[in-house]
Amino acid sequence: MPVLTVLGLILVIWYAASVWMNSTWVYDQAERAGTMVSFAEMVPQTMTQERPLLPPPHQVGAELWEGLRLGSGYEVFLQSADQPILDRLQATLDHVFSKKGLVYHGYVTFKGTMMGFGLGILFGSLLAMAIVRFRVMDMSVMPWAIISQTIPIVALAPMIITVSSQMGLTDRDVPKAVISAYLSFFPVLVSMVKGLRSPDQMQLDLLKTYGAGEGAVFLKLRLPASMPYFFASLKVAVAASLVGTIVGELPTGAIEGLGARMLIGSQFGEPLIMWAALFAAAILAGLLIVAVGIVERLARKRMGVPA
Amino acid sequence: MKDTTNSAPVIEAKGLNLVFQTADGPVQALKDVNLTINRGEFVSFIGPSGCGKTTFLRAIAALEHPTSGTLTVNGMTPDEARRKRAYGYVFQAAGLYPWRTIAGNIKLPLEIMGFDRAEQDRRVAQVLDLVELSGFGKKFPWQLSGGMQQRASIARALAFDADILLMDEPFGALDEIVRDRLNEETLKLWARTGKTIGFVTHSIPEAVYLSTKIVVMSPRPGRITDVIDSPLPKERPLEIRDSREFIEIAHRVREGLRAGHHEE
Repeated sequence: MPVLTVLGLILVIWYAASVWMNSTWVYDQAERAGTMVSFAEMVPQTMTQERPLLPPPHQVGAELWEGLRLGSGYEVFLQSADQPILDRLQATLDHVFSKKGLVYHGYVTFKGTMMGFGLGILFGSLLAMAIVRFRVMDMSVMPWAIISQTIPIVALAPMIITVSSQMGLTDRDVPKAVISAYLSFFPVLVSMVKGLRSPDQMQLDLLKTYGAGEGAVFLKLRLPASMPYFFASLKVAVAASLVGTIVGELPTGAIEGLGARMLIGSQFGEPLIMWAALFAAAILAGLLIVAVGIVERLARKRMGVPA
Repeated sequence: MKDTTNSAPVIEAKGLNLVFQTADGPVQALKDVNLTINRGEFVSFIGPSGCGKTTFLRAIAALEHPTSGTLTVNGMTPDEARRKRAYGYVFQAAGLYPWRTIAGNIKLPLEIMGFDRAEQDRRVAQVLDLVELSGFGKKFPWQLSGGMQQRASIARALAFDADILLMDEPFGALDEIVRDRLNEETLKLWARTGKTIGFVTHSIPEAVYLSTKIVVMSPRPGRITDVIDSPLPKERPLEIRDSREFIEIAHRVREGLRAGHHEE
């Protein structure tokens, strides 16, 4: 209920803002035509513009729905009623995943996000282990890791892309994954360092009395103790990965992916495309976070945390 | 070197000194400690905070290293004794791993020491029975009360069957009713296993009730002020705490503690 209230409030503000912002164009048109428009006449005209400054929610919704191609996909499914069911499903899926649709672009972005996420987890965890194990690493690498996050990714992304194409990597997935990993490794690193250091002196002493070596201390104590920290960081990391991927799609000259859609929308003055891509990205982010949440819950259950 | 007769010294400290280097300068945690503990004894260390009782226990476990003097465990250095799995250590907090079941926690030392699977399971069942926690192996620590958790941690220390059990205020964080019960059980455990037990405590009744030997210590610098060999019988019902002998020993411990205090 509170969520719905907030949502309603946002919609109201959004509508008000689109009326206000789009009214300029309506008055402009009227002036050129030499007519006068009253407020009551102006409002409906702000709702249906082809290139609104701020598209109202229903226009974005319609564009998003069309872009997802779910409704039209369902129609494809219905129209092919005379064919075998597998063919019908195939045709429907082909339609939904068509390169024109947001599902396809979302999938491209999703793939980039997963690669960056995986790379970020790997890199962040390994670095954390090295930092906890070697004092030298702690003093030398940690400051750089922090500095790395103060550089705006938009500035860095084109450089990464140029460098990777200089190195002969024509595949756009690689720089995208690198940019994405650049953002997502940091939360994993910070949390893992904290988690690996979380066992107290008593726990370490206990293992010492068993004559445990460093390897055993790491496997039996530090690693499991760091898991809650690790999972907490995943939610932040996956969101950062998505942002990184989208940023990585902007200057790559890419034509695929949600980031590319946003850029196309803004370059060609098609705000609806941009907004629909924006919301598709938000939906994708939501799905990713839910997925990470489920993985976390399963892991917690296995580790005996009370429900 | 290793003597296996019944009265052989298991732990022997001679002229032991231990100095901690702190930011405020050196702190003498142990000064000229001489003590012999024989096989099968139940020895309590009692004294106010800072008297070095925990430090002495940790030195036996090779968690601290004496600055001078000699300390032998089973005729070896504490480090060697650790490698021979001479002792199990029970800390004030149970310190069970929340991500492992009770059985999993007890297996921890066994895994590290490389026992095979079947042997692990056999020993877990055996020590769970010893601390009366049979049937709780599959539970997670949070499902157990504080007293039960501490019993599980004792089981963990017993799992690899060391001759010596070192306990550092194991019941300090528990309420008195639970504590009484665990004291009774500890005595039973001691009778059944015949282990040598070193037990650090703040509580005079606990020390007198449990021990065959009470070591009274005092702080700044940490040193032994009195060693009392208890005349109480091995068989000790809880009611023994109302007997004249018990009260006399408790009185002597209290005197020892007070004397240590006056010398400051």
